Amino acid sequence: MYEKHLEKPASFYPEYPRKSGNQAVTHYCPGCGHGIAHKYIAEALDDLKLTERTILISPVGCSVFAYYYFDVGNIQAAHGRAPAVATGIKRINPHSIVISYQGDGDLAAIGGDEIIHAANRGERLSVFFINNAIYGMTGGQMAPTTLVGQQTTTSPRGRNIHNEGYPIRMCELISALEAPVYVERVSLHSPGGRAKARKAIRKALENQVQGKGFSFVEILAQCPTGWKVSAPDSLKWIEEKMLPYYPVQVFRDKSAEAESWAPPDVTYSDADVLQLIELPLEDDAAPAARPKVAEQYRNPRIKIAGFGGQGVLLLGVAMAQLGMMEGYNVSWLPSYGPEMRGGTAHCHVNISDTPIGSPLVSASTVCVAFNKPSLEKFEKEMASDGLLIYNTSMIDIEPTRKDVEWLPIPASEIASQMGNIRFANMVVLGAYIQKTGLVSMETAIKGLPTFIKAKKLIGENIKALETGAAFVRGELKI
Amino acid sequence: MTDKLDRGRLEISADECKGCGLCIVACPVQVIEFSKTVINKQGYHPAQYKGSGCTGCGTCFYACPEPGAVTVYRLAKQAQ
Amino acid sequence: MPRELIKGNEAVVKGAILAGCQAYFGYPITPASEIAEAAAKYFPLVGRTFIQAESEIASIQMVYGAAGGGVRVMTASSGPGISLKQEGISYCAGAELPCVIADIMRGGPGLGNIAPEQSDYHQVVKGGGHGNYRCIVLAPNSAQEMCDLTIKAFDLADQYRTPVYVVTDGYIGQMMEQVNFPTAVQHPKRHDWGVHGDDATRKNLINSIYLDPEELEEHNRKLQKKYVEIEKKEVLVDEYRTQDAELLVVGYGIISRILRTTVDLAREQGVKVGLLRPVTLWPFPAMRIQELCERVRAIQVVELSNGQMVEDVRLAVEGRKPVKFYGRMGGSVPSAQELLGVIRKL
Repeated sequence: MYEKHLEKPASFYPEYPRKSGNQAVTHYCPGCGHGIAHKYIAEALDDLKLTERTILISPVGCSVFAYYYFDVGNIQAAHGRAPAVATGIKRINPHSIVISYQGDGDLAAIGGDEIIHAANRGERLSVFFINNAIYGMTGGQMAPTTLVGQQTTTSPRGRNIHNEGYPIRMCELISALEAPVYVERVSLHSPGGRAKARKAIRKALENQVQGKGFSFVEILAQCPTGWKVSAPDSLKWIEEKMLPYYPVQVFRDKSAEAESWAPPDVTYSDADVLQLIELPLEDDAAPAARPKVAEQYRNPRIKIAGFGGQGVLLLGVAMAQLGMMEGYNVSWLPSYGPEMRGGTAHCHVNISDTPIGSPLVSASTVCVAFNKPSLEKFEKEMASDGLLIYNTSMIDIEPTRKDVEWLPIPASEIASQMGNIRFANMVVLGAYIQKTGLVSMETAIKGLPTFIKAKKLIGENIKALETGAAFVRGELKI
Repeated sequence: MTDKLDRGRLEISADECKGCGLCIVACPVQVIEFSKTVINKQGYHPAQYKGSGCTGCGTCFYACPEPGAVTVYRLAKQAQ
Repeated sequence: MPRELIKGNEAVVKGAILAGCQAYFGYPITPASEIAEAAAKYFPLVGRTFIQAESEIASIQMVYGAAGGGVRVMTASSGPGISLKQEGISYCAGAELPCVIADIMRGGPGLGNIAPEQSDYHQVVKGGGHGNYRCIVLAPNSAQEMCDLTIKAFDLADQYRTPVYVVTDGYIGQMMEQVNFPTAVQHPKRHDWGVHGDDATRKNLINSIYLDPEELEEHNRKLQKKYVEIEKKEVLVDEYRTQDAELLVVGYGIISRILRTTVDLAREQGVKVGLLRPVTLWPFPAMRIQELCERVRAIQVVELSNGQMVEDVRLAVEGRKPVKFYGRMGGSVPSAQELLGVIRKL
């Protein structure tokens, strides 16, 4: 004659075996708002048939054990980090429904950064924020949402704006961002308020089902224990103390017009993957016969230095790349960091018949100096009988080292005459190749596109190489 | 029999109730009370249905924090 | 085999993709940023996830979330960022979530500088975060190993359900060398303990809470048992000219490369030196050091730190032979010649 109309939602476990003690009831205090919010979420999961694909992120705070109750996939997160954890799991499970459930200390204090940025990225999450103006689990300390004048164990004389500032209004903050789709504050203090809370929770979940963006529901909830009032009086407490400061309203609702989106579900073949991450399947085998190299130019330990922007680092990469293509062991080590940005730059290059131990070049056998400070600094550390290449366009002194071979070259001027002073490094590379024969010009031309990424500049760079080589051959008049 | 049947009926699980009283203040027709005699497993006087007058509105269900403590029944259509 | 002249940092990313890593959650920091940049470039191209998080704290928690889904996932940073990630790494260890963390060490403490150091040894090898846990720590010393050991890190992480570090210094991260990449793309099966957002995994829980002291102790004992197994099975060590060595030098990362040159220089001068390089910093090759210490006269440890790994060498040697330490800090990297001078004093 009577039919069940409302009963425990099926998205709850019938009993709570993960819990110790009485497994028939929750761990929440009598009258606590968490249980009510839980019930509304479970009811909505039932009605929307989402239980199977839902993942709940439990926070730290009174609701730390939310995973005791919900018969869904569960992840328990560190304090404040639920939105970041939710982001991680949602991104790899785009089809799942991910709920980040947090209290006020968790969300608005220690996790302030995580919630703001999850909201700002427009993560496709449903966030339920329980605001009860107090830290419940740790025993009634001040929350970021604790009201002015409210006494807690860490604001024993009442929250003082001069010491603790004002309570934080999260909906107002979140709705200042562009991305969130739906932001509403509801309250559990009255039957009407609770009806709105149920509706808001449902909407936040529906938005996620439809692939709409970030949905945020703040729930003003009672904490009779923390507030030291009876459960019925706690509802009055919400009404009289919280509602004037935390207006209950919809702050943002773009649910209807927001774009439904899910990441594209594409599978890539292994061959595609290799191609897309730029790992060519075919190997460029080293040429059978390397050019013959004079003894003094073999196994060079190269130091290249100049102003940032002179192509110093790129020249080093080019030498290492070409050396590798000729079948040598190679290494390239840059000076890195702020000095790259506008200061001086240098790099260490080794090209060797044998495996390279230290990639750092201390007694260089080749030194390339693009400017005066570089010559002054690095010629000193050269090994005897090394090769010193210096850019006479920018160096108006002679080297002091008489025990090394000099190769002066007006690289910047040659490059400038070719139409772009930035080709000076390739002029030097051409000169080095011509001088030492360590790599063939053929290899250099073949390898150039691996370090000169702009296709339209390849022709001119080859010309710069050839011009540098011609200079060494004495064919170039400056 | 001419007695009109109540539109609703209520079951409150005595062992799940924590005696907070939120259902009692929520009920618009005031048909819930604390038991004066029963002390449940958790040590509370649980809420109990007075036995008649329930309209099946569900207000108490949505006010109760304990997921399984309250079950609300409604009179089946054909019985009305 | 595809061959490329590539930075160590970028080799990490290509290795990770080949290992089947599904998601990268990172935050920029010199000298590790190329890892985030290469991940940002390549991960989305092959249908994987890349997010630049709002903080190091958030990035490791995103790792925690995605690892909870039973897929391969990684992050990377350098000293100051690793300090911040310790919270999440402790949670990953506690919840037994596999993940890979690359640490390209820089100078400290505090903001320090961006030059290479090896001063994160304590925080990565000895724990760093709270609780009774260990992380496997792999220490590549070449661009090739940056790829290879990243792939291995994912395998070990999965096998033992534990976070694994790939730890090196700024130089190995920034250096370009030839890398021969494998051509196999791994397709690791999604772990069935993960939360996939489906009915089959609905009862799964990713969690590090054990309220009951007995349960938590039992959980900790289970972790320790796993660590003992790792210590037994997973030690990796690389040696150079140790067979007839009378002196042993110990170093990892860039220092091991420099020491290799130093060993050759010393041998040219008739000094019989050998190099031991721990490839796994944890588990530490204590047994092998004990064996070698029977044969050598003295041991010289070199680090870019105030002497962190040397503590583990001394624990292994147990006072049987002198263990000397030479360290540079602040980003000063000793030359092979400088270290030759140190060895000559032994």
